[in-house]
Amino acid sequence: MAMTDTAPARTDANISDEIAISIENMNKWFGTFHVLRDIDLTVNRGERIVICGPSGSGKSTLIRCINALEEHQKGKITVDGTVLSSDIKNIDTIRSEVGMVFQHFNLFPHLTILENCTLAPIWVRKTPKREAEETAMHFLTKVKIPEQANKYPGQLSGGQQQRVAIARSLCMRPRIMLFDEPTSALDPEMIKEVLDTMIELAEEGMTMLCVTHEMGFARQVANRVIFMDEGQIVEQNEPEEFFNNPKSDRTKLFLSQILGH
Amino acid sequence: MSDTHASSVAFVRETAIEPAPPPATETGLIKWVRENLFSSTMNSILTVLSILAVYYLLTLLLPWIMNGVWDASSIRECREKLDGATGGCFAVLAERWHQLVFGRYPQDSYWRPMLAFVLMFAAFAPVLFSNLPRKLLIGTALFPFVAYWLVWGGSVLVPVAVLLGFVAGYLVYSRLVDQSFAMGFVGGVVAAILFWWASGFVVTEDASFMSLPAVESRDIGGFMLNLILGVVCLSVSLPLGIALALGRQSSMPIIKFFSVIFIEFIRGVPLITLLFVANVVLAYFLPPGSNFDLILRVMIMITLFASAYIAEVIRGGLAALPRGQYEAGDSLGLDYSQSMRLIILPQALKISIPGIVNVAVGLFKDTTLVSVISMFDLVGMVRGPILASTDWNGVYWELFGFAALLFFVFCYGISQYSQWLERQLQTDHR
Ligand SMILES: Nc1ncnc2c1ncn2[C@@H]1O[C@H](COP(=O)(O)OP(=O)(O)OP(=O)(O)O)[C@@H](O)[C@H]1O
Ligand SMILES: [Mg+2]
Repeated sequence: MAMTDTAPARTDANISDEIAISIENMNKWFGTFHVLRDIDLTVNRGERIVICGPSGSGKSTLIRCINALEEHQKGKITVDGTVLSSDIKNIDTIRSEVGMVFQHFNLFPHLTILENCTLAPIWVRKTPKREAEETAMHFLTKVKIPEQANKYPGQLSGGQQQRVAIARSLCMRPRIMLFDEPTSALDPEMIKEVLDTMIELAEEGMTMLCVTHEMGFARQVANRVIFMDEGQIVEQNEPEEFFNNPKSDRTKLFLSQILGH
Repeated sequence: MSDTHASSVAFVRETAIEPAPPPATETGLIKWVRENLFSSTMNSILTVLSILAVYYLLTLLLPWIMNGVWDASSIRECREKLDGATGGCFAVLAERWHQLVFGRYPQDSYWRPMLAFVLMFAAFAPVLFSNLPRKLLIGTALFPFVAYWLVWGGSVLVPVAVLLGFVAGYLVYSRLVDQSFAMGFVGGVVAAILFWWASGFVVTEDASFMSLPAVESRDIGGFMLNLILGVVCLSVSLPLGIALALGRQSSMPIIKFFSVIFIEFIRGVPLITLLFVANVVLAYFLPPGSNFDLILRVMIMITLFASAYIAEVIRGGLAALPRGQYEAGDSLGLDYSQSMRLIILPQALKISIPGIVNVAVGLFKDTTLVSVISMFDLVGMVRGPILASTDWNGVYWELFGFAALLFFVFCYGISQYSQWLERQLQTDHR
């Protein structure tokens, strides 16, 4: 992505001392395969974090542990003051506070765009239908596709679908948003429209954890870039420092690979 | 051409030639025939052969139908009237139609099953067509009780008590379900059973209240019996099949184990065996003198049979959904029953429609197997009382043709509906 270094000043004033997510000594195995090793991470409210790293390094698994799409076996995850346990009620509470955007959008193809956006507010939050629809239109307007409200996901382009997915998450009024490679299934010309939506969200002070290889986006909005390899957090730093002075060799190698061409 | 222009310009077109009709080879019928019937040598040969085959069949069938005798009292009379010419003896249908359709149902009460049949369409309408007002579903829920009362007769208190038992169970369930699903379920079942047990005293006390003349199950027969079996068994086996399919996917080992065992066992046994079990074997297990209705026993067996097949069809639909659909539901905070009801099942069922219809049509036709355990459904009636009578011994074609036609009409209707439904639900690439 062509995004310049002279990006608008970061609204660091948004970051508070309050802790949104804290992960302590978290470990996860798939069978005998040790995917995540001793992860320690604290995210303050309003922070925007970009996670990058080679394929298979456990980035997706890490953010999926935060809303319990994957179960961790060791360690402690606290989201918004609630400790993640295996109790279903507790998991559902955390999930309704944490929005997630997937690589493949995962819209519900049998429902219209509007119904996609109102489903969870109506059933989980028990919002009256009328109010849920107003909220949905508000967020669809925000992602700039209010006119598609009555179409079905299959009738939209990839970029539009991903923006709907973002709006669908926002309709639950989450306090934290997780993005798992939101632009990597998109054609180049659609990437910008999705990133613009995410930048706007970041500027409003949303707490965001974003797995992405869009380094322009990282420079522009991230407070911190985290580099993962083989299930560990290898390095984390402010974007400028991270890109200009990577500390570890693995980071240098990774950066030279993705920025080198 | 006018003079004014002719002097200055070499040529000016003032009138357009009428558009000519396209050559005959390019229009309507001829074009269609050329393109579809005679586009190649092979195609032409096939067309000619098909025409010959159709012609041959018609020369056989038409005289048989046109010459048919509708007014006779026995096959001998038919033959006399035909006097050697080909012709069907349709008089058997005219004389025995009530047996073919209603079995031994009392003739003065035919209005009762007829009314139930008409009401059935009204009851199914809101289920089959989702654009009708949802309030009509109340009528659908009441229909089974009304229909039972109409067809079997007896005091209205019996179906009312059964209905109220369900209501009581539901009320208890909805109170307790907030605490846990298992508690609500067990509480609901216990409440319903208690209610039925208690209401048993009231019903036997006053058995004549608003009662229709009771009809014995063994008098219910003919095509009516096939319809009752088909409709009841399908309606019950669909939710049961969904539950089994979900059970088979469950993360709870016990539920999964029982679902798998049930499905695999039922699928491994021929329906006819299950029917014999219903007919003979069950009688040994029941306390002597208890009268556990044969139709009910058969219904249970056919329902179990169909539900195992439907479960497998739906499992295919569930497996076809990408994991992302489950994850999207989870990540929005929907609980298990919500994401099943709102996201997973609507899509899985849509994919499963052709398979479910396949099972439905097959099951409906399989209801004729009950003739083997000497129940007098349509086929049982034909094979038994009608063909065995001296009057009509030998009119196979007419009777079985009639049975085939009846089944065809209903099965074709089901299949047309399902295709319409699939088009309605098509949302991916409009
Ligand atoms: N459900 C699973 N069962 C077993 N192994 C898994 C499962 N999901 C992921 N893995 C493995 O865990 C490792 C980390 O996977 P993860 O999806 O987190 O990687 P990633 O960093 O997101 O990679 P990518 O950039 O390709 O998305 C990989 O080696 C993967 O093969
Ligand atoms: Mg990934």
